[in-house]
Amino acid sequence: MGRDRLCLPGFGRNSTDPFGASPYLSRRAVMSLSLGAGAAGLLGRRAWAQAAGGAPPSKPTGQVVIGLSQEPTVFHPLMIAIEVDQGVWWSLYNPLWGVDPDGNFTPQLASEVPSLENGGISADGLMWRIKLRGDVKWHDGAPFTADDVKFSLELNNNPNFRAGRRTGHELIRDVKVVSPTEITWRMERPYAPYMSILAWTFMVPQHLLANASDPNTTPFNNAPVGTGPFRWGERQSGDHITLLANPNYFGKGPYLERATYKYIPDLTVLFTQFRTGDIDYIGIQGITPDHYNEAKGLADRVVSPIAQAFVESITMNLGRPVFQDRAVREALYYAMDKKSIIDEIYYGLPKPTDSYLPKQSWAYNPNLPVQDYNPDKSKQILDAAGWKPGAGGVREKNGLRLEFTNSTTAGNHVREQAQQLLQQNWRDIGAAMTIKNMPAAVIWGDYFSMSKYDSVMVGEDFLVGPDPDVAYYFDSNNVPAKGGAGNNTMQYANPEVDKLLQEGASTPDQAKRKAIYQQVQTIIRNDLPILPIFQYTTVEGTKAKLKGYRPNINTQTNCWNVNEWYWAT
Amino acid sequence: MTRYLVHRLGQNLILLWLVSVIAFTVLHLAPGGPLAQFALVPGLTQADLARIAHQMGLDRSLPVQYWEWFRRMLVGDWGRSYRDTQPVLLVIGSHLFATLELMVSSTIIAVLLGTWVGVLGAIRRYSLFDYLATVGAMIALSIPTFWFGLVVIYIFSVKLAWLPAGNLYTVGDGSFLDFAHHLIAPSLVLALVTVAIWSRYMRSSMLEVINQDYIRTARAKGLRERSVLIDHAFRNALLPMITIAGLQLPTLLSGALVTETVFTWPGMGRLFLDSIGYRDYPMVMGVLMFSAVLVLLGNLMADLLYAASDPRIRLD
Repeated sequence: MGRDRLCLPGFGRNSTDPFGASPYLSRRAVMSLSLGAGAAGLLGRRAWAQAAGGAPPSKPTGQVVIGLSQEPTVFHPLMIAIEVDQGVWWSLYNPLWGVDPDGNFTPQLASEVPSLENGGISADGLMWRIKLRGDVKWHDGAPFTADDVKFSLELNNNPNFRAGRRTGHELIRDVKVVSPTEITWRMERPYAPYMSILAWTFMVPQHLLANASDPNTTPFNNAPVGTGPFRWGERQSGDHITLLANPNYFGKGPYLERATYKYIPDLTVLFTQFRTGDIDYIGIQGITPDHYNEAKGLADRVVSPIAQAFVESITMNLGRPVFQDRAVREALYYAMDKKSIIDEIYYGLPKPTDSYLPKQSWAYNPNLPVQDYNPDKSKQILDAAGWKPGAGGVREKNGLRLEFTNSTTAGNHVREQAQQLLQQNWRDIGAAMTIKNMPAAVIWGDYFSMSKYDSVMVGEDFLVGPDPDVAYYFDSNNVPAKGGAGNNTMQYANPEVDKLLQEGASTPDQAKRKAIYQQVQTIIRNDLPILPIFQYTTVEGTKAKLKGYRPNINTQTNCWNVNEWYWAT
Repeated sequence: MTRYLVHRLGQNLILLWLVSVIAFTVLHLAPGGPLAQFALVPGLTQADLARIAHQMGLDRSLPVQYWEWFRRMLVGDWGRSYRDTQPVLLVIGSHLFATLELMVSSTIIAVLLGTWVGVLGAIRRYSLFDYLATVGAMIALSIPTFWFGLVVIYIFSVKLAWLPAGNLYTVGDGSFLDFAHHLIAPSLVLALVTVAIWSRYMRSSMLEVINQDYIRTARAKGLRERSVLIDHAFRNALLPMITIAGLQLPTLLSGALVTETVFTWPGMGRLFLDSIGYRDYPMVMGVLMFSAVLVLLGNLMADLLYAASDPRIRLD
């Protein structure tokens, strides 16, 4: 009894969440709370580098409590999951190789990263030969061998298994275990992003999983056994997971006895516990922008904005006649007052961007034309293209009015403010935008994926893992509304981009790929199927004495290297 | 009595079935689904999502899905959570302790304090104490729990550092004292509202009894005021509270959503909220059925207790 119980579900969360972020749509929630900044992210990294100091202890000491606003629940690293789960996987398991903050692949279970030079990948990109470490043991003591790798890769293609990703894995054929420390396979066609996909593919033990009748509900799911720096401790469902140091870890560390992932759903409460010292690190959604200044003033804490791979944009449905005219898209872009959006709504921290790629990507094109807020130019473009002012000040061309709807998650107050600003910007040039927001589960369902929208305001990560291949988003064969398998909900179609993307994915040489993807960015910047606004950042914080924390934009969470974390003495 | 019991239980089973049908329908009518959370996860394509929906059987028609769920339920299989693939009953069980700890402690505080305030308010009706209690109850009922919880945390955890800022226990500690220390703030915050409610019920119940003829008779035959109030009035005034206590039972086990959220308490309320947010259908259905059983049992028990304690009532 009592009012406490009579509240509608969600009341508690929404009431303090300043932006009304959806509790369950992970990335969008992140989006709504992020600040957006490229350079700021780099600055953040530097701040942490300066804070580092002292040497890690000789044996695991102490514990860290990682505060997260989402609960990790999926511990089988090949099953469908959200990014918060990956944070736990990095501690429990290893991929064949990982990827560091600068985008370099670093060997983990493989003894070396395969390349054209060392013969790990054939010149045509079809034959792969991976050499493995021979000194790795699973947490239960069984040796890790090439059979585990074969099992893990093939599990992704098991029709009964709820694999999170098949992209790339579905291309492998003839997996052969040459020896316990060597494995080879053939690719159906060359697919360069597979290197990056494998950097996020964690190996699971064959001896515990091979005989499962249902691969989705094994006891392993809740008592996982990996090769990673930490082994499974205990889990209090809905509250926390505790991992214990793996004393036999083959890699660096671990330097902590225990790592606890603590789930605190409410962002205000999360921040309060960071302030009281109950949690040592605050990540994923991190510190909300309205708490940023206060957080910076806290004693014994290091707080910085961290760049994310997500880009906020106005994404347009090019199936709509009004958006088929490139002049309209260009005019809308010129009329977009990014600076006001960033300064007035996002606390001035984000940096604008003109690309869909994060600035930290090795394929980022720094030479794209920089958008200039210029309503007069915008009007000239529309005039020249034949869009003449009509009834109510809205421009028209051949009876088509320059009006459209824009949608985003209802209740996301930050985005709603940005929408209102844009609505004003565009009204000034004679374009009528109607705001039509919907609950997260509605808008990001068929409405978005099947291209039933006019335009949306959305933050997306266009990459495949850390790879700059964007075929799923910009290749015209990947329009779901036309039966395609990908995420090209804009219905963008440019044969030149299709060709370049296919070339980029099948070229193993990174320098050539870089040139290709830079060209793709140039074309997309010119075609403007999306109007990029800024690249996201989140504000994260640690206790000042916690060392080893290194944000990594190439992973889904900054808990990727807890094995290197330690307490300064 | 036996006939009554059989009759009631039969009714309850039909009710449970109806609850399950309605809950299942409403749950599936709500937009989105268990896979909506993955819609913008980078690298996941629409094809991936369609494949997983098929693997999970989410693409089948609603009646088929309901029948599948119902068929399993009949043999005691509550299904598995979509999120962590654990059996539903196991997950409920793992949240019960936290909820019981919080609810039982706050209820004890609420009943003791609420009864005392209510009785005293009734005896000294329109006294200063009664006015203060009435105004206090109104304030307690009007304060948003969420806000009040945060204020308590701000004062006692952030500023004074007397109490922990939520959580069930300190990770790595978990001693009895540690548990008790963590329990103080949330149970008091939760009790605040319940005290108010209990005291209001108790007061009106007591007032009603005090004005009965038999109280006048008791006074008339020369009993001491203390004996009149405690042996005659108070005991009779407690009778209606049995009903309220019976209705409290499901609350005890289904948790307090807001308090659990503010104090990061991994109880049933949070479980329910999270399960709804993620559209974890088996879990939501499980929690709903669990609560429904408790509500029906609580009602039944209240009726039985009432009959047992009040000689004027017979169940036939």
